[in-house]
Amino acid sequence: MRMENNSLRQRMETLVPDATFPINSQYLELVVPDGLFHEFCLNLKTSPDLLFDYLISLTAIDWKDHYMMVYHLTSTTFRHTVVLKVRIDNRENPQVETVSDIWKTAEFHEREVFDLFGIRFLHHPDLRRLFLDDDYGFPLRKDFADESRMIVK
Amino acid sequence: MQEEIVKNIILGEDEDYIINMGPQHPSTHGVLRFEVSLQGERIKKVVPHCGYIHRGIEKMCERDTYAQIIHLPDRMDYLSAHINNEAVCLCVEKALEVDVPERVTYIRTILDELNRIASHQLWWCAMGMDMGALTTFFYGLRDREKILDIFEESFGSRLIHSFNTPGGFMHDIHPGFQKRIKEFITYFRQKLPEYDRLLTNNVIFRERSIDIGTLSKDDAIQYGVTGPSGRGSGFSCDVRKIEPYGVYSRVEFNEILMTEGDVMARYKVRIAEMYESMRILEQLVDNIPAGDYSAKMKAVLRLPAGEFFQRVETARGELAVFIVSDGNKSPYRIKFRSPNFSNLFIISKLAEGFKIADLVAISGSLDLVIPDIDR
Repeated sequence: MRMENNSLRQRMETLVPDATFPINSQYLELVVPDGLFHEFCLNLKTSPDLLFDYLISLTAIDWKDHYMMVYHLTSTTFRHTVVLKVRIDNRENPQVETVSDIWKTAEFHEREVFDLFGIRFLHHPDLRRLFLDDDYGFPLRKDFADESRMIVK
Repeated sequence: MQEEIVKNIILGEDEDYIINMGPQHPSTHGVLRFEVSLQGERIKKVVPHCGYIHRGIEKMCERDTYAQIIHLPDRMDYLSAHINNEAVCLCVEKALEVDVPERVTYIRTILDELNRIASHQLWWCAMGMDMGALTTFFYGLRDREKILDIFEESFGSRLIHSFNTPGGFMHDIHPGFQKRIKEFITYFRQKLPEYDRLLTNNVIFRERSIDIGTLSKDDAIQYGVTGPSGRGSGFSCDVRKIEPYGVYSRVEFNEILMTEGDVMARYKVRIAEMYESMRILEQLVDNIPAGDYSAKMKAVLRLPAGEFFQRVETARGELAVFIVSDGNKSPYRIKFRSPNFSNLFIISKLAEGFKIADLVAISGSLDLVIPDIDR
């Protein structure tokens, strides 16, 4: 059965009591603690009342003092959608658990995030750069500067 | 000993034979390289290498204002240029809570469908040509020209017209717009059955497409393969039905689903979608309401701080635009979830065990546009 945002929120609270719920006008959004993340994702996909089987998009945001991983998940059976977030505080060596064993498409989206943000995904089967050379730097980081090829305002 | 080594080399049993297909290969339709490991003529493994046309569109967007951004996503999937433009506009309009005039919504949906037909026509002619049927190329381009003429008359350019702005359009459509579309529908209703007669029932084409590159529904969902490629495997993923935008909730059309999942199924979905698109056009073309071609917008747009997500259905699958705003005049972060990026990586799984010539058919049936993968 399709769950509305309120009932979805109650269900999520039973799964991860520590989760916080930022305001989002469109979908239910939740920030999950780093340690429980992988197990929680597995629950999202396999629980018979949730069945989040389709990962629409996976990306990261650089908030200067931390990174935020953003996962847009939807269920092809029930059509409910959730926005999942994980905060990464370590700026020097950012890393997070991979979800490519749960949603296969994540393998390539994670490679893209690794390429452009330099976030490492633990237990990823094939973490190589996707678009750029190995020595290029990580262009979507806010502190990236390449004065020879970029217009810096 | 010596004889044994020679024998192994001849049979190719001790190591894979690796061929690079691309980056300048006609059947990849752009700069993409497949590293193909072969055992004889059979494919053992395909590794796609991308990045040859990476322009950093997401980074460029962080520099530009919202009105400027509109001109970048149509360079990703240039065959669904209008739909990509619309996706960004819809996302910005959603964030600003602008009421877009009905006229704009109608015209956008009409353009979406014209763009979808034009894209499928080009896919059809290129797919036929990749598989050795040269005539399809002339038939497809001949009919696509009619749509590009409609675009040219109203917007001045044919492929990427950047006609949308947040809130509406740059200017109004040409007075002959509706008449031209009606002429096109009458014309193309006669021509589309020719496509079937020429290619669909061709024995060589059938032999090369039936039971080739079979994609299961579970894999389609797992790999996020959307659009006609996903629907050929029975994955119901049409955003026009799931999260309707434009006037799709008010028109009648079917989501084409097939269950076979092979090259032929993906082919048939696209052919059927052209009929459905014409059906949508017929319902809309006479009912364009009068009114403004754009809502009143401020000169400099500042989105409220927050995160906004918009999904649309392009000719190749689901495009999602994710804008993160911190209240400034350019986005803090923008992410394009492009359909081709997700559709590409299934190819290693599909091509495994088939012959090298089938790889051309499989990549053709996925309808890849390379700039959309690299962005």
